[in-house]
Amino acid sequence: MNDTTTTLNPQASAMQFGIFTVSDITEDPTTGRTPSEGQKIRDAITLAKHAEAVGLDVFALGEHHNPPFWSSSPTTTLAFIAAQTERLLLSTATTLITTNDPVKIAEDFAMLQHVSGGRMDLMLGRGNTGPVYPWFGQDIRQGLPLAIENYALLHKLWREDVVDWEGKFRTPLQGFTSTPRPLDDVPPFVWHGSIRTPEIAEQAAYYGDGFFANNIFWPSEHYQRLITLYRQRFAHYGHGTPEQAIVGLGGQVFMRANSQDAVREFRPYFDNAPVYGHGPSMEDFTEMTPLTVGSPQQVIDRYAGMRELFGDYQRQLFLMDHAGLPLKTVLEQLDILGGEVVPVLRKELAQNRPAEVPDAPTHASLVAAKYRDQGPQEKIPNSNRGDNLTGGAPYRETAGTTGSSFGVAATRQGA
Amino acid sequence: MTTRRIAVVSAGLSNPSSTRLLADRLAASTVRLLEGEGIEAEVDVFELRDYAHDITNNLLTGFAPAALETMLNTVVSADAVIAVTPIFSTSYSGLFKSFIDILDPDALTGKPVLIGANAGTARHSLAIDYAIRPLFTYLHAEPVSTGVFAASSDWGASGDQVAPLGERIDRGAAELAEAIARRSPAASADPFDPANYLGEGRSFGHLLGGLAGE
Repeated sequence: MNDTTTTLNPQASAMQFGIFTVSDITEDPTTGRTPSEGQKIRDAITLAKHAEAVGLDVFALGEHHNPPFWSSSPTTTLAFIAAQTERLLLSTATTLITTNDPVKIAEDFAMLQHVSGGRMDLMLGRGNTGPVYPWFGQDIRQGLPLAIENYALLHKLWREDVVDWEGKFRTPLQGFTSTPRPLDDVPPFVWHGSIRTPEIAEQAAYYGDGFFANNIFWPSEHYQRLITLYRQRFAHYGHGTPEQAIVGLGGQVFMRANSQDAVREFRPYFDNAPVYGHGPSMEDFTEMTPLTVGSPQQVIDRYAGMRELFGDYQRQLFLMDHAGLPLKTVLEQLDILGGEVVPVLRKELAQNRPAEVPDAPTHASLVAAKYRDQGPQEKIPNSNRGDNLTGGAPYRETAGTTGSSFGVAATRQGA
Repeated sequence: MTTRRIAVVSAGLSNPSSTRLLADRLAASTVRLLEGEGIEAEVDVFELRDYAHDITNNLLTGFAPAALETMLNTVVSADAVIAVTPIFSTSYSGLFKSFIDILDPDALTGKPVLIGANAGTARHSLAIDYAIRPLFTYLHAEPVSTGVFAASSDWGASGDQVAPLGERIDRGAAELAEAIARRSPAASADPFDPANYLGEGRSFGHLLGGLAGE
């Protein structure tokens, strides 16, 4: 209990780079072959491990509840990946805050946080598949109120040992304790993802959480407005300056040494992609959105320019594996991304980055912010009375420590 | 006095187009009548044909390419809209409906609209009232009571001699001019302004419910 939780955290870095996947199972338009669910699940685990091997920081997984997607249970998948990696930070893109029970989100992700040694965070979204709402007993017209109320509960469950709750959408809670308590009593970092909704930017700002702009489906000007709003409101709610807000961006690239080869190879996948296929030409789409198909240098130039549009930011995720691209190709893409692109982007984006701009949040940085130099404390329950309502707190007043070298923390009173 | 802006949307497919011809007449008459009231008005005319590919791409990708985005912003921020479509298979054209479908559902709320339509024969004239008017009512726009229908024959001597097209144009235009004149100039509502999505002087606490604010 004294050396596993914090030493596995990734190195502190100003910017985190990684990949996110929506978990679509799409026919490869060049061969007509469609992989099985089992194959795609194994492939995703291979990709995640490879992402770590090539030096990327983050693997984020989507959530869907209908074919042709496989990722209905992200924490199961992410925990399995966590067990086979050492540095990689596991995240989601996105976790459905509207249709999942916030109590189950609190429990599942606290578990993931413990078993991964803090190598996780999560991104909340409302989801874009209409029938998921009725399948889970909700009304899509309540999407925004659900996102706001459910997150208010999730936020509370991770911060208060005993929660009394009554809301509009979920059955009330009296004397409920979400277990396990967050690792080191530090809640997982939360990103709020949105494509178009100012209220979600407001929500992220209100809590001082991160804001992630998917950035791949709409023109940059649109996301500029959302991110500018988030930064202003982050400052408005007293969390720091606008420049200190925590911003993540999506992106999408396909690379070959020779840009014409990239264009030729990617075009059939673009033209048949589920989201934008049979719509605008690849040339128009690459001009309108951050999709970049070309040489590694073209990708570097395009993404080094993102901070001109959005300000210095903390996380850049790339969509690499969708639209039926075969595993071998995606692994090659990760080789290029990790080997040639990200090292240069790290350097370029570090240049002239103001000191006040925070590094990307990690469990270690959150622990440091909470405990200063005293070392983290872990929750130890009192003997179980089965009753949170009448007695004292369900956890000991004096918390145990994980930083054994810190004598003061070991005897510190309260949490 | 503030110059008012009228957006004209014409869904005709041919060039030259009799849909556009009707749209231009409606616009010119409206501007002339407003001038008579001492109100200056500018007109932006958009042929949906010019945006047909962008409109389809918007339907497929969920976002408007830059040129279409500019056009949409011009339309939804105008003081009034003149919407003219050919009648295809007893209703508005597919392109016209696709254009309506990419608008934000609230974008035309409260907006004065003058409806125009054209077809080969006057037997389609009720399409304005059974198809087009309910569409704008659904969107909470405020179509004026006169819709102007032009059959091919209206452009020549065999048109309606009792209520000729010119008179019907002026009648619809007068209603639209009156609707513009009695309203304040349109104010643009920035959806990213907290005052608009939260309500004036309010905080996120209000969205959470039960809080008195900061």
